Amino acid sequence: MLNDLLASLPFMSEARADLVISAFWPMVKAGFLVSVPLAIASFICGMVIAVLVALLRVTPVNGWWHRIALQLAKIYISVIRGTPMLVQISIVFYGLPAIGIFIDPIPAAIIGFSLNIGAYASETIRAAILSVPKGQWEAGYSVGMTYLQTFRRIIAPQAFRVSVPPLSNTFISLFKDTSLASVVTVTELFRVAQQVANSAYDFLPVYILAGLVYWCFCWVLFFLQARIETRLDRYVAR
Amino acid sequence: MIEIRDIHKTFGAHTILRGVDLDVEKGQVVVILGPSGSGKTTLLRCLNALEVPEQGIIRFDGAAPLTVDFSRKPDKKTILALRRKSGMVFQQYNLFPHKTAAENIMEGLLVVQGKTPQQAKETAMRLLDKVGLADKAELYPHQLSGGQQQRVGIVRALALEPDLMLFDEPTSALDPELVQDILNTMKALASEGWTMIVVTHEIKFAMEAADKVVVMDGGVIVEQGSPEQLFRDPQHERTRSFLQQIRSV
Repeated sequence: MLNDLLASLPFMSEARADLVISAFWPMVKAGFLVSVPLAIASFICGMVIAVLVALLRVTPVNGWWHRIALQLAKIYISVIRGTPMLVQISIVFYGLPAIGIFIDPIPAAIIGFSLNIGAYASETIRAAILSVPKGQWEAGYSVGMTYLQTFRRIIAPQAFRVSVPPLSNTFISLFKDTSLASVVTVTELFRVAQQVANSAYDFLPVYILAGLVYWCFCWVLFFLQARIETRLDRYVAR
Repeated sequence: MIEIRDIHKTFGAHTILRGVDLDVEKGQVVVILGPSGSGKTTLLRCLNALEVPEQGIIRFDGAAPLTVDFSRKPDKKTILALRRKSGMVFQQYNLFPHKTAAENIMEGLLVVQGKTPQQAKETAMRLLDKVGLADKAELYPHQLSGGQQQRVGIVRALALEPDLMLFDEPTSALDPELVQDILNTMKALASEGWTMIVVTHEIKFAMEAADKVVVMDGGVIVEQGSPEQLFRDPQHERTRSFLQQIRSV
């Protein structure tokens, strides 16, 4: 019945309907088993980098090692923001073996993605930290808290709320960009689509289906973002 | 007793404090008056090292005496120790917006003084009750009026039982009808024997509650004395012109 329905759509045929139906579950499976874990792992590693770089940049400069680290961080952000992600993960997977560093496809993809979103998100997090009024730091100090206590208990929660919408965007972009892992031979959602399309030599319906599957995954992310924002907004005047 | 000696503070090219000396006895209420830009808020902020002076000495007597000499840059531990001697009430309240009224008060008790959550909660509820906000304990700051927020701000500082309470223009951001409310709360604290330094423009409060009134201008103390003496018979020309100005408002 589904087959008939699909075949009746414009530009579709019996054979195309079969192709699309046969490609659907492998794609969803690759999405759940590869694309989603890849995005989550890269996001977590990327956030660790981002928070460290952001802290480095908002902390009052303190000694020569801080100055050096600050310069390195600026170079890192500039390089990552100034080069395509495709080039970055290609260097990690195809380039590094030339100097004796061999990394498996999935770790290579995670390294590439983490470094990439670490640089972008560090700017987001830095801005979020700076958006918390100075009086909040002073209030923390005035009750006797140290710099780290004030940061952790007073500043970070408020900065987190501010950074949820932009970081959600980062995560949603990252999830879609995991399709780039196909070029380093990771069998994620889009690589499955490519394999099916190549073998049938019929690209349009399979790639449209791939797009639809990505879209459905993103719906879940949109929903989660809205839930988190509502929860964090409970202490904000409306 | 708290001794403040020769405090100097500059911001870039601007010299804000040019050698301030002040003694505050235990249980005394000191009100600092002065035109804007006279350095009174900066002085207050130097006392808990929100601003670090370039020069000067701050000395706390008592059970745990502390002397901080700013001619050498004090280390982090000294600054922290100085901050823990005093509590501060801010002009803009500066409550933690992501914490309820009770949690705002509990924060320092939990994190700084290592109290258990039960102890901290008990203290918070007792103090909220004292300022008439027991039923607001679970509300977030944005759900409270300015006057209610400032009362939470006061008891947040009070909860830590500091040697010294600092008030930085605590009523300046409030609607006029709420000012008296906060002043009454502060008078009650004064009569309980808290040591307080208050920067304010409320002359009436100074007359009724202060043990000592200090007039600052141009980064120095131009005159100090009991409120009777200072308001009835100011010695200094700058005090006279300042008092005239604020009385004419």
